[in-house]
Amino acid sequence: MSDGSSRLSAEPSRLRAENVTFGYGERHVVDGLDIVIPDHSLTVIVGANGCGKSTLLKGLARRLAPRTGTVLLDGVSIRSLPSKEVARRLGLLPQSPLAPDGITVADLVGRGRYPHQGVLRQWSAADQLAVDDAMSAARIADLADRYVDELSGGQRQRVWLAMALAQQTPIMLLDEPTTFLDIAHQVGVLDLCAELNTALGRTLVMVLHDLNHACRYASHLVVMRDGRILAQGAPRDIVTPDLIEDAFGLACRIIDDPESGTPLVIPRAGHAPHPSAGDPAPVSSNRVAAGDPAPARHPNR
Amino acid sequence: MTTTSPGRAPTIRAASYSIRLDRRAIVVGCALVLATLLASVLTLATGDFPIPPAEVIRTLTGGGTGTDSFVIMTLRLPRLTTAILVGAALGVGGAVFQSLTHNPLGSPDIVGFNTGAATGALVAILLLKGSMTEASIGALIGGIATAMAVYLLAIRRGVQGNRLILIGIGIAAMLTSVNWYLLTRADVTDAQAAAAWITGSLNGRTWDHAVEIAWAVAILLPAAMWCGRGLRVLQLGDDAATGLGARVEGIRLASILVGIGITAIAISVAGPIAFIALAAPQVAHRLTRSAGPDILPSALTGTFLLVAADLAAQRVFSPMQIPVGVATGAIGGVYLAWLLSREWRKGRG
Repeated sequence: MSDGSSRLSAEPSRLRAENVTFGYGERHVVDGLDIVIPDHSLTVIVGANGCGKSTLLKGLARRLAPRTGTVLLDGVSIRSLPSKEVARRLGLLPQSPLAPDGITVADLVGRGRYPHQGVLRQWSAADQLAVDDAMSAARIADLADRYVDELSGGQRQRVWLAMALAQQTPIMLLDEPTTFLDIAHQVGVLDLCAELNTALGRTLVMVLHDLNHACRYASHLVVMRDGRILAQGAPRDIVTPDLIEDAFGLACRIIDDPESGTPLVIPRAGHAPHPSAGDPAPVSSNRVAAGDPAPARHPNR
Repeated sequence: MTTTSPGRAPTIRAASYSIRLDRRAIVVGCALVLATLLASVLTLATGDFPIPPAEVIRTLTGGGTGTDSFVIMTLRLPRLTTAILVGAALGVGGAVFQSLTHNPLGSPDIVGFNTGAATGALVAILLLKGSMTEASIGALIGGIATAMAVYLLAIRRGVQGNRLILIGIGIAAMLTSVNWYLLTRADVTDAQAAAAWITGSLNGRTWDHAVEIAWAVAILLPAAMWCGRGLRVLQLGDDAATGLGARVEGIRLASILVGIGITAIAISVAGPIAFIALAAPQVAHRLTRSAGPDILPSALTGTFLLVAADLAAQRVFSPMQIPVGVATGAIGGVYLAWLLSREWRKGRG
């Protein structure tokens, strides 16, 4: 999944949004935006804090009602479809879901079957099969009877992914699935996502913070700023120092990732200017000349 | 056709229908029913006029002497039936609200419903000089009005559990002072009747009371079990629940109406009995070891707790009978302290 081919908006797409505006209260967080999620892509949305990427994801999952425009699922307005019908085609794993007290792994994963169940259809053979498959795909089958409270962060994230998998939706939306994980577990979760995308053909849309992870795993990268899309396409085609400067206000160099050949974003040494973000950090006078090897970079946040 | 899936969840399947059973929940449920039956027979057999258990059974099945029949069918059985149903109702109300607020402290007796019901009853008894029936109606109105007020104050971009609990505790504190003000202004006889009512008591409950709560349980218990399916998903948070196709606001509104309704009617029948709504779902949760919400196990646990507490209230200080609310309050206070210390240690305070 490391080198996705460029995808054009004319490609088939089950999920798209036209001229959507989302917001809370007075504020418009996503403003008149068009987006097309290519089928079978691993789409990653990146952008500075507060750029509206999580809001867009929630909007695509019909968690927020658009102020303008429409989210279309299979060509139909997503809000006109029955809720369970949507949930059989499109799943959402939020940033911080709640694990009920004393729930076991198998029980939690089983709750992903809700859209396939009814009062008189509580646990079909298909439900059991879906849960077993999801747990083995997420490699947590041996944890089935453990309590979720007692798992490590990495294991817990796999459990939530398994729950989303058990839902068996062709499209999965994941909001920062790697938050709070150490580097090895981040890579583990992303490898799992890439595998779901390639091996099972699921369309994945995720919000990520780490640009280098985004460039390595995305087949389709969407870069946002101030509620709008700045650029989208294959990471190798669109990621340039200017784009990163525009989106994040970060001066950087782009080199080829020696492992995957995808773009690798290297922040410039010293303080970077922050034209768009409201970061009050003073611009220091000792800006290092371009091309210098980066010594311990001063954290700017 | 029956198949058994791995783990502890045997499943009955026929054609496209399937019903999932939790083996442990069934065992726990049967044990609770047996324990309640035992406590019930003891309740019917003991008292100022002891009747041997064998005679109790004979009287219940239509035999027995005239005296036995009067003592059991007219005096003791209506009270016991009321206890069984009120206990179930309080357990269900507690389970629904604790699940909605994601917090054991979100139960009706903590967030002000009981206090509000007491205020309603006190206004009816002390200010309007109403009868005990009118006190029940006052409690019903007071409880529902308080619940609605707490809910409306807590709503802002959805209802958040902790906000609802804190607002509820604040309103309960305010209404408690109103209640004391009303009591201190009242004359002694009225105040005594009012104090007995607001402690929560099953003394002198008749078939009228039992029938009223029976209707409420017959309608609202199945409704609560239906809501329970949605609540299971809402427990994962609103975002995840939406992702799973739950109509979050609809489920929440239905659950709140069912929870307020069943709690308010229980309180109007027996007064604001403390701690059953708080304790029953938590005890049920620990017994079944399921992540809940365990609507039916909570109902059975509430029933057992209230029947046992009422038996104790009637017999421990015999011949004096204390209101059952005193017994549940004393046991429940210890339980609440334990629960709070445990929550704090988990860092959820």
